[in-house]
Amino acid sequence: MNIHEYQAKQILGRYGVAVPKGRIAFTPAEAEEAAKEFLSSGVCVVKAQIHAGGRGKAGGVKLARSREEVSAFTGELLGKALVTHQTGPAGKEVKKVYVEEGCQIVRELYLGIVVDRGTQRAAIMASSEGGVEIEEVAAKTPEKILKEYVDPAVGLIPFQCRKLAFGLGLDKMDKTLVNKAVKFMTGLYNAFINSDCAMLEINPLVVTKNNELIALDAKMAFDDNALFRHKDIEGMRDLDEEDPKEIEASRHGLNYVTLDGSIGCMVNGAGLAMATMDMIKLSGGSPANFLDVGGGANKDQVTAAFKLLMSDPNVKAVLVNIFGGIMRCDIIADGIMAAAKEVGLRVPLIVRLQGTNVEQGRKLLAGSGLNIITAENMDEAAQKAVKAAKG
Amino acid sequence: MSILVDKNTKVICQGITGEQGAFHTRQMIAYGTKMVGGVTPGKGGSQMDSVPVFDTVDEARRAAGADASVIYVPAAFAGDAIMEAVDAGIKLVICITEGIPVLDMVKVKRFIAGKPSRLVGPNCPGVITPDECKIGIMPGHIHKKGNIGVVSRSGTLTYEAVDQLTRLGLGQSTCVGIGGDPVNGTNFVDVLELYQKDPDTSAIVMIGEIGGSAEEEAADFIKKNVTKPVVGYIAGATAPKGKRMGHAGAIISGGKGTAEEKMEAMRSAGIRVTNSTAEIGKTMLEALQKV
Repeated sequence: MNIHEYQAKQILGRYGVAVPKGRIAFTPAEAEEAAKEFLSSGVCVVKAQIHAGGRGKAGGVKLARSREEVSAFTGELLGKALVTHQTGPAGKEVKKVYVEEGCQIVRELYLGIVVDRGTQRAAIMASSEGGVEIEEVAAKTPEKILKEYVDPAVGLIPFQCRKLAFGLGLDKMDKTLVNKAVKFMTGLYNAFINSDCAMLEINPLVVTKNNELIALDAKMAFDDNALFRHKDIEGMRDLDEEDPKEIEASRHGLNYVTLDGSIGCMVNGAGLAMATMDMIKLSGGSPANFLDVGGGANKDQVTAAFKLLMSDPNVKAVLVNIFGGIMRCDIIADGIMAAAKEVGLRVPLIVRLQGTNVEQGRKLLAGSGLNIITAENMDEAAQKAVKAAKG
Repeated sequence: MSILVDKNTKVICQGITGEQGAFHTRQMIAYGTKMVGGVTPGKGGSQMDSVPVFDTVDEARRAAGADASVIYVPAAFAGDAIMEAVDAGIKLVICITEGIPVLDMVKVKRFIAGKPSRLVGPNCPGVITPDECKIGIMPGHIHKKGNIGVVSRSGTLTYEAVDQLTRLGLGQSTCVGIGGDPVNGTNFVDVLELYQKDPDTSAIVMIGEIGGSAEEEAADFIKKNVTKPVVGYIAGATAPKGKRMGHAGAIISGGKGTAEEKMEAMRSAGIRVTNSTAEIGKTMLEALQKV
């Protein structure tokens, strides 16, 4: 789960991480009111709040020097679809802005924490190349990324923070910055661990004219599997930022990802679901989605999954591929028949069943009176689906 | 012979009185697995069917002499369960549970380091040596005794591959599901090493998916250490960047972990890689005819 910048800064502030003062606003009047407090320094920043990076380049971050400017910029941003390299061509509508006090930036740095798969530990990464895509830095100049791996039994140790601070050359700017970096990084690590983050990124981390270290931007993503122990964070979820079909799927315990093809897929198991998508592509078609109904899905889940596929106007054919291990094929067949009767079959349905109780499952489908195309194996199923989708 | 488990392996089940634990314990017993006990804290002294239930893993191990434990405990408590099994000295700990928080697994890995236990999973179908011992949730009837080792990050996709092998008359020595999580116990390399040493495994099927670099490391290991024929498949060639494909570990992030990169690494290590899921069995048949 992702949250907005302003929410991330609220959380980080509680861990003693230095963030600029700011307030969220939903109207130009609210933004103007919020700006009163922050304009004393001469400048404040109006930032569009959407779940995507690259807002600055897309015109979603503006500097304002007066209340009038704050109001005008807010008016411009609200309701606008902001297109960044992460939003897709349709962009994302701005529904709120964050008004923040300005600061005088001397240097921009990068700081991030992720779980490193290689060492299977949290890794804190720092780079002197702030404000740019860290992936670009990693690809072109990997030596510019400094890393420290954290032993989970001990936590982040001050010397590790100092190594990063010296590595960034903070001591050469001002002696006090090293200890400030230790405090900043320690707070960041604690926030990462205590809120079960999947990713925490401060880009840029800035050194100000007054030699302060401040998180100018903050991005936090959380481990969905750990949300059960963070009700407060779960409450920060912004459903406006998520795909409605993916929200509906998660309500039924289904794993669904929207794609842009024409063949709707329903598969049990994530690996087999990916393999089914690959087979469709290999046969010359294109999948409309990834949908994993799980290893132990029941009739209701299969029905919900079927409705979801049928609700997508791009879907021209549906391919059901089930390898019944624990999940019995007759139960799947029941679910498909119930759903098809309820929702109606507006497109060709291709079903490939294999595994436990496959004969009963096939018999049920054959006797259902529904217009179902059956297939024995995966390549046959994919080819039939591609052909059916092309009409 | 086989790897990890055989007809003598004595198994306990953590979470045996839960719905999943009870169901699969019955299935494992029906397959012929030696289930010697179960653990549910607070239900010690009772029985699940005829299997004795204990309060702690330590008690179960001492009373029943278990070699392996299979875990069906809910995700919130599964990390705890794994560490309890490791602390009790269980040699092989297989965790089926899906959805364990990543940072719980980071702690678990730190706890296991240096201890003699091996963890398989989490979020995996388990381990099976056909006709001898089934530990996990895979459908036993699709397997057939033989000489192919199967190692995979995915559950149902493994069944698909096994089913193809069996239909072609190619039986399996042992099939190991290592799970789809980013932080897990046993990796491809660990299992490949065991297959290479096992005299009854004559060829290997390796099934990977997008995300991480475990397949690249496995390819490197195969190039240097594996003399047996290996057939490979990677799921997720059509998956978009930045989207998690069901498994917590199946995500292409920062342009890394794509199917093309993995297949290329595998091909250059001499692995026969197939693009088609439907041809895993056939590719193995061809590989064996060449030998």
